[in-house]
Amino acid sequence: MEPEVNPDAPAEGAAAAPAPEAHPAWCRVQLARHPKRPHAVDYIQALFTDFDEIHGDRVFGDDAAIIAGMARFEGRPVMVVAEEKGRDTKQRLHRNFGMPKPEGYRKALRAMQLASKFGRPVITFLDTQGAYPGIDAEERGQGEAIARNLREMARLAVPVICVVIGEGGSGGALGVGVGNTVLMLENAIYSVISPESCSTIIYRDRAKAEQAAAALRLTAEDLLALGLIDTIVPEPPGGAQEDPAAAAENLRQHLRACLDQLSAFGPDHLVEHRYVKFRKMGNFFA
Amino acid sequence: MSWFKRDKPAEEKLPKLGNGERRVRTEGLWQKCGGCRQIIWKKDLESNWNVCPKCGAHSSIDALTRLKLLLDRGYRQFDTGLRSSDPLGFVDKKPYKDRLRDMEQSTGLPDAIVTAEGCIEGRTVQICSMEPKFIGGSMGCVVGEKIARAIERAIERRQPLVIVSASGGARMQEGAVSLMQMAKISAALMRLDEVRLPYISVLTDPTTGGVTASYAMLGDLNIAEPGALIGFAGPRVIEQTIRQKLPEGFQRSEFLLAHGMLDAVVPRLELKAYLARALEFLGG
Repeated sequence: MEPEVNPDAPAEGAAAAPAPEAHPAWCRVQLARHPKRPHAVDYIQALFTDFDEIHGDRVFGDDAAIIAGMARFEGRPVMVVAEEKGRDTKQRLHRNFGMPKPEGYRKALRAMQLASKFGRPVITFLDTQGAYPGIDAEERGQGEAIARNLREMARLAVPVICVVIGEGGSGGALGVGVGNTVLMLENAIYSVISPESCSTIIYRDRAKAEQAAAALRLTAEDLLALGLIDTIVPEPPGGAQEDPAAAAENLRQHLRACLDQLSAFGPDHLVEHRYVKFRKMGNFFA
Repeated sequence: MSWFKRDKPAEEKLPKLGNGERRVRTEGLWQKCGGCRQIIWKKDLESNWNVCPKCGAHSSIDALTRLKLLLDRGYRQFDTGLRSSDPLGFVDKKPYKDRLRDMEQSTGLPDAIVTAEGCIEGRTVQICSMEPKFIGGSMGCVVGEKIARAIERAIERRQPLVIVSASGGARMQEGAVSLMQMAKISAALMRLDEVRLPYISVLTDPTTGGVTASYAMLGDLNIAEPGALIGFAGPRVIEQTIRQKLPEGFQRSEFLLAHGMLDAVVPRLELKAYLARALEFLGG
């Protein structure tokens, strides 16, 4: 697996409208990366009250690519962990284009373990082209940080709900994506590798990303059919960017239903439920 | 029959075989060491477990040779019948199904891993050994399932677990299915951790991507062979992103050791004895 590095992703303000004859999967890729698509900060603002951000991994620093905080969802206290790409150039630089470093994953884990300790449900938002591929990230153990999150998220004794809101970029997204329920917005994508990197490997040509996007089966429908996500959250016509308030309202309904369902489970049941769910994934044997 | 094995660049000129795969000729009696560039009598290299007798450079060994290196005589394999059903119907230069079949022919293995129960100096363990030549040792649903089952056997039989990684990461041809194997295996390791059974992860050249970002870094002990490439992002991806040359020795075992990511770097010929001592200490 190569991480999702995608220097050619449409820059802010760039035309992202796909050609009308483009493959449906490629249209989804463009929508998932649409410059006006609501990001985690938008959903946090729309869905939660009393949001208080908590910072830092207690080891190295504070990674702005991941936001963690205490909040209330319809009055219920929850821990929010979210990958945030940033909107304008300044924010995008500040957020490292939504590519977390090890300290980001470690902050996320600290927040989630805090929630588990005090019995608060965890809601995570996945939206990244991938974990940051850089020298400093490697030096501080990018692989180890993600790996630990996967194992420790499996152990959380509270409801964990994960929502893929934009780009589910490989291990970088999965690092905050081990939940009892995994929701995916209609036009979000979730993949082991970006279509661009995939086409580079197969065709030695980034330009065939459209074909690669189709081959990778990365749309919400594909993931649901493969049994890798639980529910698709519908978006307003044309995509979430056309009516962010309606998109957030749809998500609110689904989050409420998930929280209601999972709140009935005891701690052991929640851990067991999450384990069984992931244990069954990939049952494709000839 | 030739006296010398061709060095790497010549490999490019080899004619493509009928099935479209390039193959390296291996009939040479002599081989040039990748480390010191000296010419080595191939049998000397093989009898030394592919560790150069002159400079100590480690070149890769296949999954079954690895088991022979680490286990006492006689072991039992599991789940040898598991084969991927190609969940995506993936086609690149050739259909993934054909690629799997060709790989099975060339490596003699049904996928990129062998799982077994055997003894390390008399101590019974569950062991998983990855095959670097099977689609780059990549992890798909078969690798994921075989490791998950090995972990469950370890828990059931109260035995320690050893996983020897040699993998480029998650398998692109199985898309998000292979991605989720990372979560599946890590969750199973959580259960192993809960019942306090030892897990030693052995990282060999190369261990990158989704394998590093899941089970390879989750050992109670993470140990590596000398000079192995270990990292999350591949060096080429990093170079493209930061647009500068990477420092010498970056992402090699010794680099990870210096940055606190490994417990030890252990030469291949000392690996079995090290594992035996470590397992004794951990009480497995």
